[in-house]
Amino acid sequence: MECLVDQGVEYVFGYPGGAVLPIYDELFGDERIRHILVRHEAGAAHAAEGYARATGKPGVVLVTSGPGATNAVTGIADAFLDSIPMVVITGQVPTALIGTDAFQEADTVGITRHCTKHNYLVKDPADLVATVEEAFRIATTGRPGPVVIDIPKDVQIAVPSESKTLVAPGSHRYAPQMVAPADQIAEAIELIANAQAPILYTGGGVINSGSRASELLRKFQDMTNAPLTSTLMGLGAFPNTHPDWLGMLGMHGTYEANMAMNKCDVMVCIGARFDDRVTGRLDAFSPDSTKIHIDIDRSSINKTVPVDLGILGDCATVLEQLIEAWGDRSPRDLGEWKARIAGWRARECLAYPDRSKKDPKAIMPQKAVERLYELTKEKSPIISTEVGQHQMWAAQYFGFDKPNKWLTSGGLGTMGYGMPAAIGAQLGNPDDLVIDIAGEASIQMNIQELGTASQYRLPVKIFILNNEYMGMVRQWQELTYESRYSNSYSDSLPDFVKLAEAYGWKGIRITDEADLDASIMAMIEHDGPVLVDCCVAKDANCLPMIPSGAAHTEMLLYGDEVGGTMDDEAKALV
Amino acid sequence: MKIKSAESERHVLAVTVDNEPGILAKITGLFTARGYNIDSLTVADITEDHAVSRITIVTNGPPQVIDQIEAQLERLVPVHKVTDLTAAGPHVERELALIKVAGKGEARVEALRIAELFRAKVIDTTISSFVFELTGPPDKIDSFISLMRELGLVSVGRSGVVGMMRGAEGV
Repeated sequence: MECLVDQGVEYVFGYPGGAVLPIYDELFGDERIRHILVRHEAGAAHAAEGYARATGKPGVVLVTSGPGATNAVTGIADAFLDSIPMVVITGQVPTALIGTDAFQEADTVGITRHCTKHNYLVKDPADLVATVEEAFRIATTGRPGPVVIDIPKDVQIAVPSESKTLVAPGSHRYAPQMVAPADQIAEAIELIANAQAPILYTGGGVINSGSRASELLRKFQDMTNAPLTSTLMGLGAFPNTHPDWLGMLGMHGTYEANMAMNKCDVMVCIGARFDDRVTGRLDAFSPDSTKIHIDIDRSSINKTVPVDLGILGDCATVLEQLIEAWGDRSPRDLGEWKARIAGWRARECLAYPDRSKKDPKAIMPQKAVERLYELTKEKSPIISTEVGQHQMWAAQYFGFDKPNKWLTSGGLGTMGYGMPAAIGAQLGNPDDLVIDIAGEASIQMNIQELGTASQYRLPVKIFILNNEYMGMVRQWQELTYESRYSNSYSDSLPDFVKLAEAYGWKGIRITDEADLDASIMAMIEHDGPVLVDCCVAKDANCLPMIPSGAAHTEMLLYGDEVGGTMDDEAKALV
Repeated sequence: MKIKSAESERHVLAVTVDNEPGILAKITGLFTARGYNIDSLTVADITEDHAVSRITIVTNGPPQVIDQIEAQLERLVPVHKVTDLTAAGPHVERELALIKVAGKGEARVEALRIAELFRAKVIDTTISSFVFELTGPPDKIDSFISLMRELGLVSVGRSGVVGMMRGAEGV
């Protein structure tokens, strides 16, 4: 407990159980740390992620052994792939019972070994303080990530003997390289300054590096005048209203961003990792560019895309070095390059039909997100999402101009992430408007957390784009499997309004576009949690799209013929 | 459709790690999870206080995979240093093997003669068997074993490769 207070922990997200009772007893009546009781351990892990992503501070989770730990694993794996700082404390059966298949025993350290940045089984109470200290340091420095500390019940109770000195286990270890060598900076500046068609490709690393990184990014872009695109995880690091903002890139990115990536001559990747959702077909990915990759994780450099200059370092620090090295150079005239980009932009890839063909009266989901953005942008809301079509529509049609306002499960793609993440974000930012843009399928994966928001009087909003389908699955089935909608229909849906009311929330249903604005306003103005069930066109697809196995230049846009089947090579891609 | 595979190279990696529970599982699990190969792996602690272990891994893969293996290993918190001996320059590799051969008459005499040529030591003997101890680079051990196969090979135990850079510098 004292260790957690020392680490500046305000909130612990958790769920009690036999093997953590001693820690829960310590929590009882302690005013310094507030425990948030979730309804399922997955919710605790995602709430901690949301808190971490929205505040920049590590999220802390406390769960019991066995099922408590295994239920949290999805959130831990999610935090691992999205580089979210998180410390998870799991109870464990007493040391004497480890390995005996005791009640609620699971090999937590074994199970979480490959989805944590590091993990510990603390067998000696004397190691506890140093372990917690190191766990927080590892979770928050370098490339952030989740760290699990598994503590057997007897170790929780035992008092370390006074005689044993408490030394941090290897305080020498784990020292990530923050500053890049000067010669690499000079080489990068030379490449960028001489580029005729440069592009900045930024990712979640810029957000993780702190708000200063976003400021420096804006400054560096201003100096170089280069157009900029971002991954899903990087949204908000650069203002969406800037004329050089190309929009998100990748599978559901904009036409102009993907074309510019393909045709650029110098690519500067800052804190992104050439994910398969970004690159499309690898052998056709930006074939003629010189690539610079700035990343704090050496294993991200040259992992899938070979680069010409890999720079190991922290985004903010390296950006500062680049800005200093750039000095008072004036940017090269990029008029010709920008004119080409304007040509691609003119394709208006985010345009969508006013009305659905099959369902002409229905609200288009893109429209709903656009209106949500227009009516809330003054408040600079924090947006979380689940996973699927609604997530991509939120990324495409909602604008972000500040970091830490966009919480989404990018790497692992975890349905059920959004509501608990919104709960965590709201706790960290009590005065902000926090909205989970959800789908009717995803929201049901952690629907039990409605109760958590009620209990702590959190005014989170959930905006469900309800199309009665696992929309992204249905869309892929249209593209790849001749519209055989195998198990993608959301059958037996609950009445979401009544469900909300049952939990003490306000419920609003929108079926008519004429009510859209008024209902959104009613949602914002209600001083408490609101669930909006926005019934949208059932057949709308998420476009533009780079289909599996295609290159950046082969995007599907609205009006393109979609459907049919694909060869096995394409089907084998995820 | 076909699953593609790429040309691979053999590399010997020397990895120094904090000697803590689970580190071996972390490393071997990393190889499994990311689809890398382990040809051999040896581990033993190497400092007076038993705090540091040296792990020698023989792996194979295309050059960019070898680079990823090193980067992924370095990402593990208890890993101090990864050295690719194959890439770093001249180095020596040795392996120890215990080889049991049983037989009588001419085959037994021949086994002993070959063992002398290979400078294998006899560390156990009965009227009808030998246990040889042999150290050397892995290919020397391979050829000794293949000769013994003709002469009554019963069982083989191999330590896996340990390696070290030539010259005065560490690693």
